[in-house]
Amino acid sequence: MKLKRFFSQIYLTLIFIFLYAPIAVLIVFSFNSEKGSRFNHFSLRWYQELFQSEMILDALWNTLFIAVTSAFFATIIGLISCLGISALKGKPKAVYMSLNNIPMLNSELVTGLSLMLVFAAFGLTAGYPTILIAHITFNIPYVILSIMPRLLQTNKSTYEAAIDLGASPMYAFYKILLPELMPGIFSGFLLAFTMSLDDFIITYFTRGAGINTLSTLIYSEVRKGIKPTINALSTIMFVSVLLLLFFVNRPKKDSTKQ
Amino acid sequence: MNKKKWLSTPYLVWMIAFTIIPLLLIGYYGFTGRDGSFTIENITAIFSPAHSKALLKSLYLSLLCTIVCLILAYPVALILKNKNVGQGGFVIMIFILPMWMNFLLRTYAWLNLLDDGGIIERFCESIGISYTSIIGTDIAIILGMVYNFLPFMILPLFNVLTKMDQHVINAASDLGANAFQTFTKVVLPLSLPGIVSGVTMVFVPSLTTFVISDLLGARKVMLIGNIIEQEFSIADNRHLGSGLSLVLMIFILASMALIHRYDKNGEGSSL
Amino acid sequence: MKKQSFIVGIVLSLSLMLTGCIDKSNSEGTSNNVVKVYNWGDYIDEDVIAQFEEETGITVIYDTFSTNEELYAKISSDPSLYDVICPSDYMIEKMIQNNLLAKINWDNVPNVKNIDPLMMKRVSDFDSNNQYTLPYTFGTVGILYNTTMVDEDITSWDVLWDETYKNNIIMQDSVRDAFAVALKKLGYSLNSTNEHELEEAKDLLRSQYPLVKAYAIDEVRDKMINGAAALGVIYSGEYLYCTEENPDLAYVVPEEGSNLWIDGWVITSGSKNKENAEKWLNFLARPDIALKNFEYITYATPNKAAQEMVDEEYLENPAVFPDEETINRCEVFHYLGQEMEDLYYEMWKLVK
Repeated sequence: MKLKRFFSQIYLTLIFIFLYAPIAVLIVFSFNSEKGSRFNHFSLRWYQELFQSEMILDALWNTLFIAVTSAFFATIIGLISCLGISALKGKPKAVYMSLNNIPMLNSELVTGLSLMLVFAAFGLTAGYPTILIAHITFNIPYVILSIMPRLLQTNKSTYEAAIDLGASPMYAFYKILLPELMPGIFSGFLLAFTMSLDDFIITYFTRGAGINTLSTLIYSEVRKGIKPTINALSTIMFVSVLLLLFFVNRPKKDSTKQ
Repeated sequence: MNKKKWLSTPYLVWMIAFTIIPLLLIGYYGFTGRDGSFTIENITAIFSPAHSKALLKSLYLSLLCTIVCLILAYPVALILKNKNVGQGGFVIMIFILPMWMNFLLRTYAWLNLLDDGGIIERFCESIGISYTSIIGTDIAIILGMVYNFLPFMILPLFNVLTKMDQHVINAASDLGANAFQTFTKVVLPLSLPGIVSGVTMVFVPSLTTFVISDLLGARKVMLIGNIIEQEFSIADNRHLGSGLSLVLMIFILASMALIHRYDKNGEGSSL
Repeated sequence: MKKQSFIVGIVLSLSLMLTGCIDKSNSEGTSNNVVKVYNWGDYIDEDVIAQFEEETGITVIYDTFSTNEELYAKISSDPSLYDVICPSDYMIEKMIQNNLLAKINWDNVPNVKNIDPLMMKRVSDFDSNNQYTLPYTFGTVGILYNTTMVDEDITSWDVLWDETYKNNIIMQDSVRDAFAVALKKLGYSLNSTNEHELEEAKDLLRSQYPLVKAYAIDEVRDKMINGAAALGVIYSGEYLYCTEENPDLAYVVPEEGSNLWIDGWVITSGSKNKENAEKWLNFLARPDIALKNFEYITYATPNKAAQEMVDEEYLENPAVFPDEETINRCEVFHYLGQEMEDLYYEMWKLVK
């Protein structure tokens, strides 16, 4: 049994090395004094250049803005539709759910291309609105898939009891259903935010003049040889998320001790 | 709660506008030529040597990638389940966390590791093994795919395994099944929904990728994703690009139908 | 539960904060005083953009592409996407034919007088009355090689098919450039429309595939500097930068001939900021700005007034500023029509 434990520990470690090795490389090279794949000596040069590069800061702003906004709208639309779907039954529900699955099955490539064609066909100039619409479209399914299971688990009688006792549907929803759905809503939002943050393909096809997210900026820079300023930015983002995660998880440990 | 049905309409309208109509438009372009007349040439173009070669290569690489991901991910999910880390967000975050570091950048980092004069080469040199760069080969592309999509396999498997009723497993061993039998007769069949969604989430993006082959393939390897992307971005032929996309969609749908036959619950949404 | 609502709170307030800032980005996008520029990656000194903004008060929305074809796909889908763009010769010809460009009002671009008249004459090859194009850079396509890895004197394209350099060759990844190499090696015109010649060129490129380490466009530069390959097909404009970073590199235009290319600034037919676009052109044709750009991107400038300020040493180096003898060996690309272009691309797909 101990041996098994030992091997599983080794296996997990190897997987983690596999997942995090490139990230470690990126972080290490953000402190490289020169561009390129040879480490010269430690330097904070790229961190200084980062805060002077308007292009990167713009791209960062765009990325965050698009991720937060699209996740926000996708969560709201997703939540509302979940309530609607739960009232549907049989065939309509099945059709609705398979429509919802299309963007996930369809691959980002086809989703991005088809949206690009639609925007062009209807004369929508590519810009923030087109990127946002595209991101919301591929984010909603993830939100629905996060909230739906929660909704099915909730006890409907509590909600109905509240209504019977004279609460308005809005009030009952707010007081009873919403808190119960919160974990689902939260994970849906987080998933949508992450998918949007990490997306390249859909943005690539639907972006307009001069609007770069980090992904599209990196894609165009890869060809000329990436400057470690982007590594520096990613390092900062990564470390902040890590800290946030640490911060959020700490109270949990304390409560188990008590 | 019947009153709430109307709440599903806004998204229905949204889906029609931004999912259905775009697909119909792909269909329209796919069946017309540059002059706007009806043709099936863009569909049959898949049989031209360049296109069918790319499609077969994509199918081969994405299948391999899916299998490797499944083999790598299943033990991870089992170990995590046995560790009783619970449904806790922390484990999930560990696997989502890399996604907060840009996907292109992470893939590009492999270039630093694998390329000539890269870190792996220098490491191999220092311990006296010779290493030739795998950049530009199928291996590099599979590695990039597995790296990028492995979390999509681990998470659904982990979800389904932690939700599994421990009593069922205990019952199996109480009734005399050994560890291997318990696994093949109980755990594996019960985890099928997780496998199905994992396979879906790995197979589809790896079948259609053009970025990984672009970055790690030294542009020597053309996948069907590259062909389609370049029809739009370079050849400026949205008709051929749409036609090939339609064929690709058929392949995706067919393989999904095949996979979902194993998903008896039909829910498949364990993410 | 508390924890999660706490996070949701953070995220929501963050999103409110961000949406609050959206006005800023929106006003930037819609304000009238902008010019939307679409240029090759790393093809301008970024200070020049800042200087232009400062001197004219016009906001530059700047974006980059990496092949002429990519540029064309964008512009043909929506000609108002950008105001001023920088295609090469044959692409300018194609865009003129497809009504994607607007005629420049030369009265608004007085600095055109600084451009070498000989260059304007060459431009009239594809822009017949010099109505659309302000030449920006020019040069040749040739072989960049690492003298520590190549012992012989390279004079011919043949070296790119030499087994000894297997896995040491970086080939151009754009259709016309790759075919130009093969067609020239076979002794044909790089504007060939003969199907048999193209077929031959395709087979030749196909036979080169196993020897090629990577197909690349912009990456050729970094790979050659890092010594990742012995031979690379590259634009002459990269030579100066490359030798500064790695003195072992040398450049040659093979004797079979090659491509003489001219990149020029043109204004799109859909441009809503045409006057600003013309100000942009005029600014770039100013001698001090042209010089600044030359020093940064190291691509030869056709700006006579700027050339006078360039080091003699560079002017006399045919790798930087191609001399008459080299130019006479070279051909300018022409647009060959949609059908021919589809055929070229169809063949190119069979190479890889």
